[in-house]
Amino acid sequence: MLREGEVRIPSGCAIAAIIDKKGGMINGAEIIKSIALMHDRSNGLGGGFAAYGIYPEHKDEYAFHIFYDTAAAKEACEEFLFKHFNIDVAERIPTRKIAAISKSPDIWRYFGKPNRVRMKNARLDEGEYVMQCVTKVNASYEGAYIFSSGKNMGCFKAVGYPEDVGEFYMLDTYNAYLWTAHGRFPTNTPGWWGGAHPFSLLDWSIVHNGEISSYDANRRYIEQFGYKCTMQTDTEVITYLFDHLMRHHGLPTKVAADVLTAPEWTEIDRMEPEKREYFTRLRAIYSGALVNGPFSVILGSNKGLLAINDRLKLRSLTAATKGNRAYFASEESAIRIICPEPEKVWSVSGADPVFVPLEIAQEEGE
Amino acid sequence: MSVNYIPRRFDIVRDNERCVQCGCCVRQCSNECHYFAEGGKIVLADASACVACHRCVDLCPTSALSIQKHVCDYRENANWAPQYQQEICRQAQTGGVLLSGMGTPKPYPIYWDKMLLNASQVTNPSIDPLREPMEIRTILGRKPRQLEVDAAGNPLGEMPPQIILETPIIFSAMSFGSISLNAQKSLAMAAKNLGTLFNTGEGGLHPDLSDYTDYAVVQVASGRFGVHKDYLENARMIEIKIGQGAKPGIGGHLPGEKVNVEVSNARMIPEGSDAISPAPHHDIYSIEDLRQLIWSLKQATQGKKPVSVKIAAVHNVAAIVSGCARAGADIIAIDGFRGGTGAAPTRIRDNVGIPIELALAAADARLRDEGIRSEVSLLAAGSFRCSADIVKAIALGADACYCASAPLIAMGCHMCQTCHTGKCNWGIATQRPELTKRLNPDIMHERVENLIHAWNHEIKEMMGGMGINSIDSLRGNRLMLRGIGLSEKELQILGIKHAGE
Ligand code: SF4
Ligand code: SF4
Ligand code: SF4
Repeated sequence: MLREGEVRIPSGCAIAAIIDKKGGMINGAEIIKSIALMHDRSNGLGGGFAAYGIYPEHKDEYAFHIFYDTAAAKEACEEFLFKHFNIDVAERIPTRKIAAISKSPDIWRYFGKPNRVRMKNARLDEGEYVMQCVTKVNASYEGAYIFSSGKNMGCFKAVGYPEDVGEFYMLDTYNAYLWTAHGRFPTNTPGWWGGAHPFSLLDWSIVHNGEISSYDANRRYIEQFGYKCTMQTDTEVITYLFDHLMRHHGLPTKVAADVLTAPEWTEIDRMEPEKREYFTRLRAIYSGALVNGPFSVILGSNKGLLAINDRLKLRSLTAATKGNRAYFASEESAIRIICPEPEKVWSVSGADPVFVPLEIAQEEGE
Repeated sequence: MSVNYIPRRFDIVRDNERCVQCGCCVRQCSNECHYFAEGGKIVLADASACVACHRCVDLCPTSALSIQKHVCDYRENANWAPQYQQEICRQAQTGGVLLSGMGTPKPYPIYWDKMLLNASQVTNPSIDPLREPMEIRTILGRKPRQLEVDAAGNPLGEMPPQIILETPIIFSAMSFGSISLNAQKSLAMAAKNLGTLFNTGEGGLHPDLSDYTDYAVVQVASGRFGVHKDYLENARMIEIKIGQGAKPGIGGHLPGEKVNVEVSNARMIPEGSDAISPAPHHDIYSIEDLRQLIWSLKQATQGKKPVSVKIAAVHNVAAIVSGCARAGADIIAIDGFRGGTGAAPTRIRDNVGIPIELALAAADARLRDEGIRSEVSLLAAGSFRCSADIVKAIALGADACYCASAPLIAMGCHMCQTCHTGKCNWGIATQRPELTKRLNPDIMHERVENLIHAWNHEIKEMMGGMGINSIDSLRGNRLMLRGIGLSEKELQILGIKHAGE
């Protein structure tokens, strides 16, 4: 059977997220509790988490999380990594042995900075350099897969139910100001750890529920600009779209979200002239980046958290706030179990992306 | 009596029990097949000039007529098929180049029929176009590489000129001269009401069409007929015609008989003179020259009109399209070899060029490889027979499709393939007043609109089935296509998987 990336596998799922916009720390146990409530939305074939603010002692270094299938893959990948980065720390990611998670690959993490000389020679800025290195490993080093490559953040994922994945990675020992979580229901059984979500690149991490019908239009759009959709998943292509719009084109988060979930023409035609001009331009220029079909997406980054929903609202996504915290989940009950009395609860609409910016200055920019 | 070496192609069958000798068929057939005999008492027919245009059949008040293939067997020969023998006889008689009208009738592969569309089941719901908005609005023109916004997200700077269409279907170039003014006017009216474009071809713009200039594409072809400042300004888009799918590599020829006063005025040539467009533009011998022409046209119109370059689908089409994009074309139209024409040398029509499906797939992929696909618009032309062909073309990567034959059929054309004779019984490909008056624009524009409305609706239905509610998400979405009965190589060029994969 073909592995994820060699074939496109549709899947349904559950997603959840929490952010403390003042940067207050939230223990991993909370997000596990939230996603665990939606157990029936996954089928044990993929679960994962992304956490921001977990590596304060290495906050200026890139944290690479890597799956190795074989010792040879590790050796080859490390050779590449040590050549392209000045690696400070290389260690196994601590895990707990649990019955529900088996056949684990060798899971390592590295902290390091780009090799300045190589980066200068390649005439790339830092983000581009790191992205190309990650793409290179994932596309051409068989048996090695970098599944997390941001600063002061990390992605943890596996084949299993999300609550088991959380226990396996001992996420109750991590504190983060932003958590996202994902439980997967693929309609196929590839059983590959790299195929679990969140999908992450640089500081971006995406969890997503749904199956987008615009996938190939989006893939062929984004592959024009040096991206390679090796995973063939919606999450991967959506991550690249955001990365491209925000990092290459410098668009604000809100504008990038508008590109992906642009309103319908009937609505645009009724808008004030300025708004109409804005959306008409945006849809004309970025028609290939419009995302279509049922989806709800939560994008985490060091700038904050963005939640978007499809234009027809075919997938559920509930939001709630209390104090400095905002909560998101596919089902309201998954919020109430960790925040029984929210101040505000609403359903994220297709036309109205929700962006919760992080209000701590030092996390801004790269 | 001279020997006619070629048997007639059709038989005219008249049901004498039904015929009331009204003479309608006699008046309708411009090929003079029907005639009164016995002092006007009975109507007879000589089918030797019949082209099976069905004018007499459709207008006979008692449905007494039918046209049948005339069977006259040759000795079987897989190599010397009757067609070749007949063409040789014709050339032996005239010493001339064989001419034909309309697109090639040869049984080359039609890839539209070898591609199947997807639909959603379970994991991804389909959308009901009657209940949910289904968008087919299409925007043509050069797009900036990126949106420029200020910190608050307000757009900055100017956008190049864009054309907003309410359907991905536009009408392809058909000049006044090759078709009648009534036919052109019907298309112009339909384009206006549908929110799309019609194309004047290289025939200039007749003053009667001045109400429709916002929906007009005006062509600048190698003959430069009718090209002056007003012509360029009275248009929505300017198209440089480099080539045509039905006759790549050669120019155009409008015989002097078709150049009456009106045509001569629109084209700015003397009445009765042959209108010959040379094979190349004599100021374009390279891509740099094309660049200059594009920029002069933009300058002449203060940069307000998008400029399109239309080329025939030939072997190296992908590189040529990329060259056109880099030379400054905002829109590139590729015309496949099955495309129609008013007149083309038969040999060229039937043997030169490649199918639009492969050309479009290759060009779209090439522009993407170069990272410039999103900056230009790609138009496909060269035979779209139904809405499914259009959906497939858009999924392969077209922004919009140029259609000509289909709207002509809506106006009465029966694909008799004798447009070049100027005797079109349906008043389309002719300038004879007694024939052109048969085509009433006030009625015909509605038939064309009905057709496009129907196709629009079908396109929406197919999109809804795929779970797509905006045509933007169909464009280039090749996962929605699967090949059926295609080789590895064909699949690779089309960039699609085989059914079952
Ligand atoms: S139009 Fe019909 S009814 Fe009239 S003469 Fe011809 S065949 Fe007879
Ligand atoms: S050429 Fe047309 S009108 Fe004339 S007989 Fe044939 S089918 Fe009838
Ligand atoms: S336009 Fe007229 S002459 Fe040409 S194919 Fe159609 S019916 Fe025949």
